Parts: sequence; C-alpha cells; structure tokens
Amino acid sequence: MGGGKASSTRAPSSIEVYREDFEKQPSGPEWLEDLRRRGISRFEALGYPTTKNEDWHFTSVAPIAERTFRLPALHSASALGLKAADLERFGFGQADWHRLVFINGVFDESLSSFEDGGNGVSVGSLADAIKSREPAVEQHLGKVAKFEQATFTALNTAFISDGAFIELASDAVVEQPIHLVFVSGGESVCHPRNLIVAGRHSRAAIIESYVSLRNGEYFTNPVTEIVVGEGAHIDHYKLQRESEAAFHVGTVQAREERNSQLHSFSFAVGGALARTNVYTSLDGDAATCTLNGLYLTDGTQHIDNQTSIEHIAPNCPSHEVYKGVLDGRSHGVFNGKVYVHPEAQKTDGKQSNNNLLLSPSARVDTKPQLEIFADDVKCTHGATVGRLDELAMFYLNSRGIGRERARTLLTYAFAADVLETIELEPLKQELEKLVLARFTDTRTS
Amino acid sequence: MLEINDLHAGIGDREILRGITLKVNAGEIHAVMGPNGSGKSTLAQVLAGNPSYEVTKGTVRYNGQDLLEMDPEVRAQNGIFLAFQYPVEIPGVSNAYFLRSAYNEIRKANGQEEVDPLEFLDLVQERLKLVDMDESMLSRSVNQGFSGGEKKRNEIFQLAVLSPRLAILDETDSGLDIDALRIVAEGVNKLRSPENATIVVTHYQRLLNYIIPDFVHVLANGRIVKSGGKELALELEAHGYDWVQNSAGVAAAAS
Repeated sequence: MGGGKASSTRAPSSIEVYREDFEKQPSGPEWLEDLRRRGISRFEALGYPTTKNEDWHFTSVAPIAERTFRLPALHSASALGLKAADLERFGFGQADWHRLVFINGVFDESLSSFEDGGNGVSVGSLADAIKSREPAVEQHLGKVAKFEQATFTALNTAFISDGAFIELASDAVVEQPIHLVFVSGGESVCHPRNLIVAGRHSRAAIIESYVSLRNGEYFTNPVTEIVVGEGAHIDHYKLQRESEAAFHVGTVQAREERNSQLHSFSFAVGGALARTNVYTSLDGDAATCTLNGLYLTDGTQHIDNQTSIEHIAPNCPSHEVYKGVLDGRSHGVFNGKVYVHPEAQKTDGKQSNNNLLLSPSARVDTKPQLEIFADDVKCTHGATVGRLDELAMFYLNSRGIGRERARTLLTYAFAADVLETIELEPLKQELEKLVLARFTDTRTS
Repeated sequence: MLEINDLHAGIGDREILRGITLKVNAGEIHAVMGPNGSGKSTLAQVLAGNPSYEVTKGTVRYNGQDLLEMDPEVRAQNGIFLAFQYPVEIPGVSNAYFLRSAYNEIRKANGQEEVDPLEFLDLVQERLKLVDMDESMLSRSVNQGFSGGEKKRNEIFQLAVLSPRLAILDETDSGLDIDALRIVAEGVNKLRSPENATIVVTHYQRLLNYIIPDFVHVLANGRIVKSGGKELALELEAHGYDWVQNSAGVAAAAS
C-alpha cells in the first residue's frame, strides 16, 4: 500500500499525511474497512476542490490543504486539562437534556449524561454501536452522505470511527433534546461521524455544538447522516462555535421519507475558515423541510454555507431563510440550491438569503439557485445584501439612542427574526444572548 | 429657548434653506407653513440633526448652547423631539423595547436612574390612552405594518412618553382622517406647558384649528416670507400660498 513514498527532500503533502494516518487506524469490521477504503481512495482521487469547482467558487480551501493535520494523540478530557465545569457554558442551562461529549472526536463517557434505551430510543457513541454490531449502522452508514463528488465527506468517511449514533424506533419520542458537544483542542484534525436513524412517526430534537476551550489551529471535519422515516419529525440544530483560528468543514445530510419533517437550523460564528453544508432530499410524498441559518463573521473570518434541497417526490414544501451579518474584513458565502425533479409536482419552495454588511471591507457572495424540471410548482427565491439603514439609524438617534447602541439594536433586529424560528426556547434565548453580546463586543473593540 | 439665525442648509450642492431666522420661547407654539418644496421639512430635519443635511451658514442656539454642534442623540437627550413626517419602520425591534431604550438613554444622560420594564409599562399606560392606542402595540415591531394614522399616533405617543422641551411636528396631519387628527391634536394640547415649546410644520391650516399657534410663519424658497399671529393661517387658507409668494417676490425685488 502507498503512503511511505515521501522523499526525504520534501515534506509530505497533507494528502499523503492523511494516507499515513489512514494506514495507522485500528481495524474494524470488514464492511467498515471497505467503506473507509472507498473514502480514502475517493479523497485521493478528487483532491482538494479549487475555486474552479462550482461548489467552492467563493471559498479557497488552500489554508486547509497547505496544513498537515494529524489525528489527535489525546482524547481524554483529563489529558486536555478539561473539567466538566468547563462545558457548563455550552449547556444552555439545561441539566436534564441528554448530553454526549466528544473530545477531539472521541466519545467521553465521564463528561456525558444521557439515558439510553427505553421507549425505543437508542443513544450512544458510534464506536460502541459499531462494536456491538447494531444492524442500523451497517445498513445506513455512508448511504446518506454521498462522497463521490465531495472531498471532505470522502475524507471523513476514510476515518469513520466515532461520533453519535441515535436510533429511534417507530413512534419513539425523545422528550428531552439530545445535545452532542464536540470539543476540540490542540493542532490536530478530527472527523466526527454521526448517524441518526428516525423510525416511523418518531420524534427528537438534536443539537450539535462544535466548540473549543482554547484558540487552537485545528481542523474539524464532521459528517452527520440523518434518515427521517415516514411521518418522523426531526429538529436539528448545528452550532458552529469553533475557535477563531480553527478550520471547520461540516456536512449534515438527510433523506426524508413520506410525510416526514426536518427542521434544520445552522448557526455559524467560529473558525478562520468554515464551511457548513446542509443537504436534504425530499424522497417521499409530502415530506417537508425548513433549512434556516444565521452566520456572523468578523475580522478576517471566512464562513461559507451551502445548502441543497432535492425535491424528488411531489407535494413537498421547503422553506429556507439564511441570514448573514458581516463585519471587519470578513467574507461570507451563501449558496443555496433547490432542485425540483420532474416528478416533484406541487412543490412549494421558498428560499431567501439576506445579508447585512457592517463594514466597508466586509464582503458576501450569495448565490441562490433554483432548478425546476417539473411544471406545476410554486417556487420563489431571492437574496439581498444591504447596509444599516441610515434612516432607521437617524430615527433611533433622534430618540436619544446613540450611534453605537443604535447599531447594535438594528443589527440584532436584523438577525432576530431568523432566531425567532428556533422552537427550543432555552436554545433560542442562549443564541439571542450570544448574538447580542457579539454585536455589543464589536462596537467596543 | 431656540434662536435660529440666518440658517442656510441643503443636501449636496442643493441649497434648500436660504437664511432662516426664527426665535421660539418657552410656552409658545409656532406654526411653520408653506407650499411643497419650501423647506419646511428640511428645517425640521436640520433642527433634529439629520446628517443627510449640511448646514452651510448661520447659527442655532438652544437654551444657550450651540445646537449644530450636538449629535442628534444629544439633542434628544437635551429635550428636542421630532415627530417624523414619515415614521421609520424597524422590523425586529418592539415598540416597548425601542421606547424604553430611548427613555432610559435620555434619563441616563440627565443623571437619572433607568427604569425597568415593569415600571416602564406602568408609566406608558396613560400615554397610550392619550393617543387611543392599545397596549398590544407595544409588542409589535416599531411602525411595522402600522397604518398611516397609527404611525402618526405612535409619534405622538413617543412624544408623550419622552416629554420633550421642544417638540417639532413635521406634517403630523398629513394622511390623517379627521378623527385621528383630533386625537393627535388633543395629545399635543395635553402636553402643552409653560416650560415647553412646539413647532408645528404643516402645509394645511386644518391642524391649526385644533392646535392653536401663537405665531405663524410662512416659508417660501427657503426663507420666512411672512410672520404673524394665528389669523395668518386663516388668511393663507383663504388666499393660498401664491398670495405670500407674490408678496415675497415683491419684497425680494424691492430689497
């Protein structure tokens, strides 16, 4: 097998380093080994996307390609000097929510608290599920998140080892939200892989938080696969709060059966270079999805959001609102694709992306894309890029509210309505606080 | 209270105010009337500090201070209030939050303690009645989805809550039906006091049936061309603006 060919006169490329680490992985069951091999081969064949690739037109991944990230040597909380109390601030003050904590991609039982089993709900680590040969894992893993054309999903697939595994039996309802907390530290890479399989008419709210306690230059490359069974209802929240120097490329990919619902909210505020993909495929009649999101960028951050909604079946409504607030010399990107396949009659699709530029050097590229191959559909899409409304500013000033505070108020108001769509009240309040604090911070810095 | 002397102002290269001189004392109500484009609204905006307008000449003293040196929020904190001709919609900010922020900012600037949301709610109840508005408006976004009349009443509601020393009403009567007009006028009249002054900017005389001015000034081409008592408004109503504009032309030619 390849890998050891690096000549002594040049440093190995990052792709070669990934291959080296790939070879060093502990082995797994044959089906998984096969899946991983297909992942690394595809990753090597594709290489890193360039800006000539339409999906990466506004985002150069050179900073990730040029760095060699190793798999982390340390996984335990104690080795990282991490205590349970350090994670309190990421918990929304909800002690009774299920919480699964992953340190550098590896499940940490001591920091986690959740109930597994009972009422047809199975919650735990993917590593354990693989070990105990859960049939759903082999059945679904790698089937939802396509990697033929997706470099980073292929790379993640090459390193599938741990993450969360959530399986809901038919009619199972998870009363408390399940919070997956991914804590990264150091200068390494991790590839968390989550699998959520929701049986018929089951229901759950799942939150993924990507956080860091120190400002490390690491790389997180997670992939989440969600199978939303017939009539099932999944609320999925992704909170990307990586460190300022970090790199993050994450994909959430779902497949929805008839009458199912997926409500996704993607919040992105961290990272030097971050990309979040949220993809769903409406496979069954009358499946619905809402994909909402908010991204806040500052300094020299680059935050890219890509979404894709595939209307395969007829009678499916899809709604999407993404908002961005961009400050400093940061760069935001939104690319939202809605494909309406020929059979998807009576599709009702609404998509919008609105951006607020707070500084003259901030920039956003937005590209809503609508491709319709059915004739009886109702689809709208639109994008806006604007600055703070000077008239509104003067109105506030004329009432005694100073410029800085007025700016905070107007910026917050711009972001507020998309936060308003979050149904989990404690989460909504936490994000509102976070957003307000962020806008208040920018004005004083 | 307010002394405007030879005020020139405009937008870009376009001069709109061409030498306004006007004195307003505490306890007085002044009406500024004039045809469209005469500079009435510009005068209101300049006094409130709208940065879109540039003052090119002249002075404005407010209670002895140089008003033109003050930022708009500082003017508000010092008791100046402009009721906008076109109140601005601010989606995502509730009326309650907006107005309480304004109220507290003004209090803070005057060395007073801020009030909490509950105290504030108590305080605004009566003012809501004054303009015949329902409490539910407090939780709605500022002016969003408001009818023209509701927007104007909201301006007077804000005026009532912030109780300024100098209120400037910019075309508050435009777009109001007679009932709304009466409500707005009653609101303004109830707030009248010997310590406060009001400048009513209007095109039509009808608002002045309800808010009786002490002085009426007629603006044309950025200058005050005629001043007088409340009967001047009635004369204007009878003869139209051509009457003063013609006499202004004569006056300008003679000078």
